Amino acid sequence: MATLRAPGQAGTDQTPGYAGAIGGLPAVGGGGITGARALRRMARAIRSNGKATTGAVLLLIFILIGLFPGLIAHDNPNAEIYKPALGPSAQHLLGTTGLGQDVFAQLIYGARPVLEIAIGAGLGTTIIAMLIGVAAAYLGGVWDGVLNLITDVLLVIPAFPLLIVIASYLHGADTTVMILVVTFVSWSYTARQLRSQALSMRSRDFLEAARVRGERAFYIIVVEILPTMTSLLVASFLTNALYAILFSSGLQFIGLGDPNQISWGTMLYWADQGEALETGQTLWIIMPGLCIVALGAAFALLNYAFDEIGNPALRPVRSMQKAERRQRVKPAR
Amino acid sequence: MSFVLRRLGFFLLTLWVALTLNFALPRMMPGNPAQVMIAGHRGVIPPGALKALEAQFGLDNHQNIVLQYLHYLVNMASGNWGVSLTTEPGNSVAHAVLDALPWTLGLVGVTTVLAFILGTGIGIVSAWRRGGRLDSIMPPIFVILTVVPYFFLGLLLILVFGVKLHWLPYFFTYNFTLTPAFNWPFISNVLEHAILPGFTLLITTIGTWILTMRNNMITTLAEDYVRMARAKGLPGWRIMLDYGARNAILPNLTGFAMSLGFVVGGAILIEEVFNYQGLGYLLLQAVDNDDYPLEQALFLLITAAVLVAILLSDVATAILDPRTRGAR
Repeated sequence: MATLRAPGQAGTDQTPGYAGAIGGLPAVGGGGITGARALRRMARAIRSNGKATTGAVLLLIFILIGLFPGLIAHDNPNAEIYKPALGPSAQHLLGTTGLGQDVFAQLIYGARPVLEIAIGAGLGTTIIAMLIGVAAAYLGGVWDGVLNLITDVLLVIPAFPLLIVIASYLHGADTTVMILVVTFVSWSYTARQLRSQALSMRSRDFLEAARVRGERAFYIIVVEILPTMTSLLVASFLTNALYAILFSSGLQFIGLGDPNQISWGTMLYWADQGEALETGQTLWIIMPGLCIVALGAAFALLNYAFDEIGNPALRPVRSMQKAERRQRVKPAR
Repeated sequence: MSFVLRRLGFFLLTLWVALTLNFALPRMMPGNPAQVMIAGHRGVIPPGALKALEAQFGLDNHQNIVLQYLHYLVNMASGNWGVSLTTEPGNSVAHAVLDALPWTLGLVGVTTVLAFILGTGIGIVSAWRRGGRLDSIMPPIFVILTVVPYFFLGLLLILVFGVKLHWLPYFFTYNFTLTPAFNWPFISNVLEHAILPGFTLLITTIGTWILTMRNNMITTLAEDYVRMARAKGLPGWRIMLDYGARNAILPNLTGFAMSLGFVVGGAILIEEVFNYQGLGYLLLQAVDNDDYPLEQALFLLITAAVLVAILLSDVATAILDPRTRGAR
């Protein structure tokens, strides 16, 4: 894993067996696809793939909830003004917490920080990985050696324990801090992938042509190399967003988030502190967990679908047979 | 051989980075966390231990930072990890760690190996019978399971099998009214307590193995040498195992070691949920009490354990795949 690779073999030697990528990230084939075309192709692919549609719709619902929580929930999520531990009723759809807050309102208002962390850390991780991975591959030599070594070291240091240690010094990580620390511990895997991809590009003719034209390194990286990686970058965003959700809610659950912030992870923390399981307040503990699962599933489904789109060999067999049948029908007409 | 040596060098470097992180983080963080910790424990622990702590976190200011760092490295290398503030105030960290270690090793070790074997097996069969019943049921279920946070699944299992059905215990490593001894009542009690946390860990990790193995297998089965094996008329199970699985498993082996970092992280949360008194539980106890020396030692230990596992899987890959030996 950690040794330098010859540029020629880099592209073929990706490791799909790594747990960080759900189903492995897609390998991109050709070098000539521009960003805009790839995005159009993705939009079409989302509509045609069942997993992608489900994931996209789920994500959209959560984004709407995160943007306009006040339209859906009418109670103040913080106010401890109700009778504690009520069951579900017309006033309190999901009952109240052991502290007398409305569970439904907490759930709705809790969506925003989770989304912020997922999207923030997803983007942050992808951007840092892109800068480091592509720079290492493009600059080569000593730079590549140093950047690659840093990447490899961070890759094998267990991320979650490191997160715990960092968060424990900070005493209560709010959204911004959470995004920063999650990004810091998780960019390395993507950086290594992007580096392999960039290395496999290095000797392509269109890059040689750009160099001969006298383009600057920055131009070549941004305009020529990055667009060929669009689908890897999208997959990286989706995977890292999912891991940010799992990491941050884990941290919040053990009380290392900001305990005063309304978020699904902190809801679980308070529910666990209030012994919600033993005292029969099951909705208080089940609902935030289910929301984490649903939002995570949205990212995972999208990622899984992009994997199938990028690697046609993984598409379900049945739909392939259907496509064949359709093809066979056509010439007969 | 030089491959193994180079990997060893890399791991020593990583260990050094982990040590340096431990040294630098409390000194870099805003609000001087070490000062807060020591202020909170003044009077609780013996004055000698307090002095040692101040030196460890650079608060006595008698030494410059380089000397502090060198001193710290020497201490860590010689097993002098400082005193713990919580377990028994003033007790050595190494002692607390050794008490918790076997529980985690047993729980995480057994379930990880089990998850790898079962998951890889299901992945192989699922890819071999592409589109069959197993193939259409298993992957979607486990895609969903990879998304379920470890701790949430643990809570759900406690709710169903502990609180509602009263089938299994869900707190602690064993019933503390029993005296630990090598007899059946005690051993069965330990096993009983391990079922729920072990099961939680198993089903949250198995999905990745099924999915990656299935996908590797599908790619491998399309290779020419597999078609050749079919043309030779070899029995199906031999093609599946010797031609398909043996090659498809290689990336998974690397993944196995890499995933240990994740498994260890998940196990921390599971131990917390089940009050299972292993390393993860100890780590979170330390976090709750601002016991930084214990926290740092546990982080180091976890890192070292993951490194050893990766090294072992490297060696296994080298044995199984002759190509890696020559190329590196």
